[in-house]
Amino acid sequence: MTDVAIIGVGIHPFGRFGDKSAIQMGAEAIRAALADAGVEWKQVQFAFGGSREVDNPDAVVGLLGLTGIPFMDVYNGCATAATALELTADAIRYGKYDLGVAVGMDKHSHGAFTADPVHYSAPSWYGDIGHFLTTKFFGMKINRYMHDHGISAQTLARVAAKNYRNGGLNPNAFRRKPLTEQQILDSKMLNYPLTNYMFCSPDEGAAAVVLCRADIAHRYTSHPILLRATALRTRSYGAHEVHATWAAVEHTPAPTVYASRAAYETAGIGPEDVDVIQLQDTDAGAEIIHMAENGFCADGDQEKLLAEGATEISGRLPVNTDGGLIANGEPIGASGLRQIHELVRQLRGQAGDRQVPGTPRVGYAQLYGAPGTAGVSILST
Amino acid sequence: MTQIAFAPDVFTWPADDPALIGSRCQQCAAVTFPEQPSCPRCGSVEMARHLLPREGTLWTWTTQAFLPKEPYASGETPETFTPFAVGLVQLGDEVRVEGRLTVADPARISFGMRLRLVIFPFRTDEDGTQVMSYAFTPVEPVEGNR
Repeated sequence: MTDVAIIGVGIHPFGRFGDKSAIQMGAEAIRAALADAGVEWKQVQFAFGGSREVDNPDAVVGLLGLTGIPFMDVYNGCATAATALELTADAIRYGKYDLGVAVGMDKHSHGAFTADPVHYSAPSWYGDIGHFLTTKFFGMKINRYMHDHGISAQTLARVAAKNYRNGGLNPNAFRRKPLTEQQILDSKMLNYPLTNYMFCSPDEGAAAVVLCRADIAHRYTSHPILLRATALRTRSYGAHEVHATWAAVEHTPAPTVYASRAAYETAGIGPEDVDVIQLQDTDAGAEIIHMAENGFCADGDQEKLLAEGATEISGRLPVNTDGGLIANGEPIGASGLRQIHELVRQLRGQAGDRQVPGTPRVGYAQLYGAPGTAGVSILST
Repeated sequence: MTQIAFAPDVFTWPADDPALIGSRCQQCAAVTFPEQPSCPRCGSVEMARHLLPREGTLWTWTTQAFLPKEPYASGETPETFTPFAVGLVQLGDEVRVEGRLTVADPARISFGMRLRLVIFPFRTDEDGTQVMSYAFTPVEPVEGNR
């Protein structure tokens, strides 16, 4: 199998952009990634595009040039961008193409996501009685986790405050105003123990990545970043997951644990080797749980790690250096490629005010979402 | 007064001692709620209707402090909305079921508390028909602190 390198990344800022379409944002993200790679659109052999709101992300070709390339559209919940990245990488790994683009774009309306529960294999009455809410699931999951592992509400606030602070250093972030831990704790309780400022918001934005065969990457860049592993997993019997009327008594780890283990094994890299980390922080509790699910600490250690500042940009486990979902919001199709954009900037030493000190060599990104889907990507210099 | 269940085949109704209606795999004994035609554990299509235990313990919970978007069908508005709590309740050793709790104040909810199934009027339609849903209520009277 051929190794794959990332030679270009591009992002359209995340936030709210009036009448501007997701397709326009996607096209701008691709142009930025192509410019970063020093590649022209006509050199791109194929692409995968991810979105929840846009039926046909491939419509960006109308703005970039109608070159006739195969352009495949994907949607896989909050793991959509990891899916677009894996499929693009696989097409190169298996030798079908030499160079391609993964892009994600979205433009969501305000407020918590909703849909017809039937499309999630839940009964329609599940929505009628007010249970079809992702935020409710995250509240239940972290509440039990805090009970089992001694995590405090203060630690939830520390996570959110860190991510707003990092967002303040990121010109592409949606929420750039720092908030104190007390402001976060005092904001409206939405789903106990999670308050308003502990949640990310659906918003708008796009991100794109240019990938090629690793053995030709030096034609385009002196700083190729290797995509060492990608892994996707759905839930196993016994996991307690989003949008479920019931859960089994029998326990099995969440899908993130399985995706993480598979990615580490493929990459030949362990959590102790990772220098910069991007985790799905749908809410502050999710970041805490995902620290353990991805092998970066034992359950319960987060209380001490957050108090010590270990997950700060200057800490030994920098998590969500660009502000994560809490500061960037979540345009679902783009969110995971925003993570890759940040990791590539960090590994190249191009992250400016939010640069992780030293010479970070390994980056790690994780996505998780309904109805129990996880994606993990590992990058290295 | 007419009282109808919000959907058929979710709980036995009308009934003196209502129960949630699930299904049980005839191959591996996995239990689901509500009924489903195949087993999520072993893939068998031999599922039988199975009434779930009426009592259980609270495994985890949260509150719902904002009005859910559609398809929420309580008839409430942001002005009239009453926050509620939702729990994942372990019924016997069979299955954990999501359901509303009859107590909403976090100070009155605790992990492991014993709960039993109740059927309550979820919404009253214009013609006076009460649309009934299910919830879990504490077995023992609860104090104001944990």
